[in-house]
Amino acid sequence: MPILEVKNLSVAFTQYTTGFKQKSHQVISDLNVTLEAGKILAVVGASGSGKSLLAHAILGVLPTNAKVSGSMTYVGEELTHARKIALRGKEIALVPQSVNYLDPLMKVGKQVRTSVRTGDPKEAQKNVFERYHLKPEVEGMYPFELSGGMARRTLLSTAIVSGAKVIIADEPTPGLDPTVMKEALGNFRELADSGCAVMLITHDIDSALSIADEIAVFYAGTTVEIAPVTDFTGKGEALRHPYSKALWRALPQNDFIPIKGSQPHSSALPPGCLFEPRCPWATSDCRKGRPEMRELRDGTVRCIHAT
Amino acid sequence: MSTVMAGRQQIISLIGNGVTKGVFKMIKKLGFFLLMKGIRMATLLVAICFISFLLIKNSPIDPIQAYIGADMLNVGPEQRAKIAAYWGLDQPVGVQFLNWGSAILSGDLGTSMIYRRPVADIIGERFVNSLALMLTAWALSGIIGFILGVVAAMKKGTWIDRIIKGYCYTLASTPTFWMGLLVLIVFAVWLKWFPVGMGVPAGVLAEDVTLLDRIKHLILPAITLSILGVANVALHTRQKMIDVLQSEYVLFARARGERGFVLFWRHGLRNVALPAITLQFAAFSELFGGAVLAEQVFSYPGLGQATVEAGVRGDVPLLLGIVIFSTLFVFIGNLIADLIYKVLDPRMRGGEHYAFYSRRKK
Ligand SMILES: Nc1ncnc2c1ncn2[C@@H]1O[C@H](COP(=O)(O)OP(=O)(O)OP(=O)(O)O)[C@@H](O)[C@H]1O
Ligand code: SF4
Ligand SMILES: [Mg+2]
Repeated sequence: MPILEVKNLSVAFTQYTTGFKQKSHQVISDLNVTLEAGKILAVVGASGSGKSLLAHAILGVLPTNAKVSGSMTYVGEELTHARKIALRGKEIALVPQSVNYLDPLMKVGKQVRTSVRTGDPKEAQKNVFERYHLKPEVEGMYPFELSGGMARRTLLSTAIVSGAKVIIADEPTPGLDPTVMKEALGNFRELADSGCAVMLITHDIDSALSIADEIAVFYAGTTVEIAPVTDFTGKGEALRHPYSKALWRALPQNDFIPIKGSQPHSSALPPGCLFEPRCPWATSDCRKGRPEMRELRDGTVRCIHAT
Repeated sequence: MSTVMAGRQQIISLIGNGVTKGVFKMIKKLGFFLLMKGIRMATLLVAICFISFLLIKNSPIDPIQAYIGADMLNVGPEQRAKIAAYWGLDQPVGVQFLNWGSAILSGDLGTSMIYRRPVADIIGERFVNSLALMLTAWALSGIIGFILGVVAAMKKGTWIDRIIKGYCYTLASTPTFWMGLLVLIVFAVWLKWFPVGMGVPAGVLAEDVTLLDRIKHLILPAITLSILGVANVALHTRQKMIDVLQSEYVLFARARGERGFVLFWRHGLRNVALPAITLQFAAFSELFGGAVLAEQVFSYPGLGQATVEAGVRGDVPLLLGIVIFSTLFVFIGNLIADLIYKVLDPRMRGGEHYAFYSRRKK
């Protein structure tokens, strides 16, 4: 049974433009992901495709002007906002995207200690710092004093000490040097192997491939494909969606062919398939409506022509 | 010499090298900061003195008339010339400025023409009265304003927020003297709770005036000043608190399960209090300006009232003395504001690290 399931999630922001006119931006449309205990789901996609918003939506910390629809379940039961408030920091933990998510005026040791839910906070913080090779003096530092790598490990520490079963990690690797990065990725694998469900948001397909079980490809605020990690081989023949194939082939170690065009902005989404303006397979049917997510071979895809 | 060095070395190794180095560095930095501020203040004072001296010299104020007051009619041109010579007013403006300037440097602010007493004494006496008034108003408006601002921000968009905001915007555009009159009419004239004005009861010997009397006379002007001072602090705190509530670190704190009062206590308070306290110290100039008007309305014998009298009756030495003193007062307020940031904000303590942090933030 999936531990966390996100079904048909849509997020829109209402913004007031000149003359009290309201404008709505659909930033996430009809998004589906599933997290399972012991598994790592990597979420890859271009900047602005809605990865962080998905993470914030799961934790119920979207800004107040966000309109959310769709449903989520946690261990089979509906995950209401009240339940999110009760569970976050305890069973579901976030590893945020940057050091700015730490309080600039509080020592980082204290920030880690306040995340501890059971046992002695001091003890737990010391242990986790030791585990991530953070020297004892780091606990007395303020966020601005941390190097990029120290900041990442501190952020990760807050999630670890909470003892949460679901870890949502938003780009935990940029700025780390290769050895530290490998270690950080290894930590996520360890967490998953110990029974946690991990969602690893990343720009970096390579690192995703090295540890994930499944990969969800995001495009313009939705999932276009969710595939087992083993499908990312060769020329991408096993992949289902034209965008995932193109993304895969754009990697330097593959054909290194960039995808033409750019991701549509949330204020100007195409009426039919979101990828249609850039799709080599597009037909007039693709403009008629948003394709549904459907099962295909061992994964799911959002494309009417995928085989 | 070498024993001193050895002693210092020992102390350093005793306390721990890293910490000591940090503390020394901080003290050095602070010393440099204070030195720069001192130079800045000296330049500012010279400029202010020069400008106000020129302004007064070129204004219609006739210092001789101020000295003589109502007896003007009985004074002939000869006597006028004598008085002018006595005050040094017959010399060229440049010489007058230098005379005045060097007297000030030796600590002599001159003699007030209307009070016939040393300017320094009068300023000292009046300032004590004003200080009681300003401190009360300052603390009251700071605390009440901060609380109102925080509450409005936490309840943003609700009726509480709208009431607080409406109150602040109304007050921000209310003239002090008008508010003073209103308070006077309601609490002193109608309700008769407090005396109508002055610093002490009328017709009572100075030694018979009790502290309670003084406090009673202080309350209305202090309330007037704080009612108005609240608006600024509250609006600023509200905006800052809203920013903090929308910040990424509050989002993350909520994601870790914090909420309500704990969230405010851990992350809201310290991030909002620092700028609010700084603002309070930096607002010394408005406080002084407000006091001038409030004291006038309540005939409260403070420095503000002396300023108005000196201006209206052309008491040049007193006026110049007050200009210098108020410049110092406002400057010190700003200096304290800066120091608070330097000492309390870890990002400022760390200097070069901060540049790295703010660069990465973009
Ligand atoms: N508060 C907001 N109001 C309006 N639009 C927003 C808001 N927050 C995010 N967006 C928009 O939502 C889209 C998705 O943002 P999100 O931060 O989830 O992207 P991302 O995939 O995490 O990108 P990155 O890889 O750069 O972190 C972006 O186009 C962004 O402009
Ligand atoms: S639905 Fe059509 S446009 Fe969209 S990805 Fe498939 S083929 Fe391309
Ligand atoms: Mg992001």
